[in-house]
Amino acid sequence: MTPAIELRGVTKRFLTPSGGVYTALRDLNMTVEPGEFCAVVGPTGCGKSTTLALISGLEPASEGEVDVFGSPVKGIADGIGYVFQADAVFPWKTVLENVAAGPRYRGVSNSDARERALDWISRVGLSGFEDRFPYQLSGGMRKRVALAQSLINGPRILLMDEPFSALDVQTRSLMENELLALWAASSASVVFVTHDLEEAISLSDRVFVITAGPGTVKSNYKVDLPRPRNVAEIRFQPRFAEIYEEIWKDLKDEVLVSYERQKRSGAA
Amino acid sequence: MNARSAAARLSVRMSASSVQAERPVSDLAARRKREAQRRRLTVAGLRLGLGVAILAGWEITTRLGWVDAFFWSQPSAVAAKLWLWITQGTDLGPLWEQVLVTMEETVGGFVVGSILGVIFGVALGRSRLLSDVLGPYIKGANAIPRVVVGALFAVALGLDIRSKIATAAVLVFFVVFFNAFQGVREVDRNLIANARILGAGDRQLTTEILIPSALSWIVASLHTSFGLALVGAVVGELFGATAGLGELIYAAKNNFDTAGVFAGMALLAAMALVAEAFITALENRLIKWRPPVATETRI
Repeated sequence: MTPAIELRGVTKRFLTPSGGVYTALRDLNMTVEPGEFCAVVGPTGCGKSTTLALISGLEPASEGEVDVFGSPVKGIADGIGYVFQADAVFPWKTVLENVAAGPRYRGVSNSDARERALDWISRVGLSGFEDRFPYQLSGGMRKRVALAQSLINGPRILLMDEPFSALDVQTRSLMENELLALWAASSASVVFVTHDLEEAISLSDRVFVITAGPGTVKSNYKVDLPRPRNVAEIRFQPRFAEIYEEIWKDLKDEVLVSYERQKRSGAA
Repeated sequence: MNARSAAARLSVRMSASSVQAERPVSDLAARRKREAQRRRLTVAGLRLGLGVAILAGWEITTRLGWVDAFFWSQPSAVAAKLWLWITQGTDLGPLWEQVLVTMEETVGGFVVGSILGVIFGVALGRSRLLSDVLGPYIKGANAIPRVVVGALFAVALGLDIRSKIATAAVLVFFVVFFNAFQGVREVDRNLIANARILGAGDRQLTTEILIPSALSWIVASLHTSFGLALVGAVVGELFGATAGLGELIYAAKNNFDTAGVFAGMALLAAMALVAEAFITALENRLIKWRPPVATETRI
């Protein structure tokens, strides 16, 4: 079976404003199967978000190959959804217009787009808020809009960049459960970037640990917890603790390296 | 006496309503409402008082001869002049015609300048090459005191409405242009990335992301630029015209009729205030997605 996403020997360099070269990713290999829910964890600044930018086609790789469903990524591909860390819903559009944007951009007629948007708004539990503007919604509700906005396009790959990091703990675990339900009803592969190992394990089938920058995959772990899961409760299972301990051993070193570096550059 | 009894009646009705209110919440709301109303009345009263004080001071000092009424006129003379214009028309024809002419020139220049400003601002904001090539020229043109182009247009376009519209449009253009340009430049990168992932093409990116995002900048500039359009129209008339408020002021000046100059100024100010109200309404319509400005909260 062709993997949904395959990165082979990928390196990404950026030019810094001062004219230097910054290597964000080095020789990164990663494979995500169709329908798989993957989490990517690593210390801050290790290039997790860059990985998503490469898969989505927002940024080209400097070296190596990025394949999505067997064909190389050239520019922004169809069938990709992207939920950003910061609020990226359009502030001048109502909830309905925000959710209907994707289909409309893809040439669906206004009435069809509206109908599909209404369906997705009810699926993410925002019925009755169709005519609100984003500033009138809570942070959690805006994330629901962002989710509906991405999922309405029926993406085969959903990229999520620390989507819930700005939410309070209760809202967050609610949103995580809803995400799992929505994902189970689709056949999409998910790449979920987070710095929170607990979140990573409770959501995913596989966890990739990225090294301190320049990032490369240090190891990957299969998470064999049963589904459907309730993220609020799965943390209490003994198996969860075992997996957590195993991955944390790997991740801890990278976090320490990253922390030492930050301290040094802070002192310098 | 009359006002006091009215106030007494008002307070009686209000205390009655607060007695009726059973829950403390609605009581609080009623009190808040009453306070707001009282504040509105205070502001209106102070406003009126200030206006009266200024006009009275002006009138008295000129009557007493401390200030020369020949050079500085006086409110009663200005009012008489306005009344004369309204009832018997001006030397140039009926007053409403002069107002209409200036209004047409102002609105014409405002619309032309704003549209060109938005088009150029968005185009240069989107295209790096275009902004690099045209940048120095636009900055240079902006550095020229732009009202002097009124002289050029008076010669090139004649004494009719076109030269005034052109002058007003030039003044408006630069303000709107710089705001539109900046607005497009400062669009949130995340929003652009999101729109592109959702499938927006170049044209949709411009119409659905860049322009709406720049709109709050552009609309904010419209307040300033309408005033400038008025300046452009009046300056255009000063350079040569057959009608309009600017021409009326110019003619009054030539007759050493300072009351006429002040009367023209008062009419221009009234026009600007009316236009300002229209622009605020337009602003509220165009950017209703913005959170309302937080008003002071008091407990």
